[in-house]
Amino acid sequence: MPVPPDHVLTVSLLLFGVGVLGVLTRRNAIIILMSIELMMNAANLNFVAFSRQHAHLTGQVFGVFTIAVAAGEVAVGLAIVLAVYRRFSSIHVDDVRLMKE
Amino acid sequence: MTLGPEAILFYVLSAVAVGAGLQVILSRSPIHSAIGLVTSFLAIAALYVLLHAEFVAAVQVLVYAGGIMVLFLFVIMLVNLRDRAPLRMRWRGALSAGIGALAIGAMLFAVGRGRLAAAPIGAPAADVAAGVGNLQAVGAALFTDALLPFEIASVLLLVAMIGAIVLARDLGRDLGREPGRE
Repeated sequence: MPVPPDHVLTVSLLLFGVGVLGVLTRRNAIIILMSIELMMNAANLNFVAFSRQHAHLTGQVFGVFTIAVAAGEVAVGLAIVLAVYRRFSSIHVDDVRLMKE
Repeated sequence: MTLGPEAILFYVLSAVAVGAGLQVILSRSPIHSAIGLVTSFLAIAALYVLLHAEFVAAVQVLVYAGGIMVLFLFVIMLVNLRDRAPLRMRWRGALSAGIGALAIGAMLFAVGRGRLAAAPIGAPAADVAAGVGNLQAVGAALFTDALLPFEIASVLLLVAMIGAIVLARDLGRDLGREPGRE
């Protein structure tokens, strides 16, 4: 017996909530990037679940694109983290506030 | 109502995925967060297999659990590991977390009570109906309907690669000296 689609959506929602909580509460830039990855995975799970629900492959194709974009985003994000660490000797986002002062 | 093996597997894998996600945001050491993240990625890949999206599952394992995790581990090794405040909840953070929890509760309610809960479980995907594999079907869709986005994605990856190289270029030269480079 297949899994009902609303249960998949609930799992995706919980994953997204965990990601949002991580972005809002952690101040370590690497952990924030990881939380963003969790949220992208949750969105991807939704795509695949709807692809299954509607028996249409577009959701899976879009999921592949999401993963490609996530790979690019992580590469640039981690390069920015390295550049920030080089400049501030810290990767805590509270330490990076040149434009606030 | 008895649960089939597929449903039991789904709930176990979902619990693993969400629990590992919690480990990502709760653990003190970034290495433990990375281990939680890769566990979550693998559990989600297994969920994709359960949802008959084998190609997406393979890409998930290759790109996320392989490539992205290696990037994360390299950066964790390169930067300083001291974590001052694991999950520090200031009042503003607590307020946003409360609002987020409210929104998530509302969405859970909507998902549970909405039209989707009563919707019939979908038919097998088009590739199963057509008698070809999932990889073949997704590949055909990628190179016919989604050809332009596919090429744009390749250009995007090229731009991201060049950008990452430029941003992280002279790491070794600058690590030893004072970071002021005005």
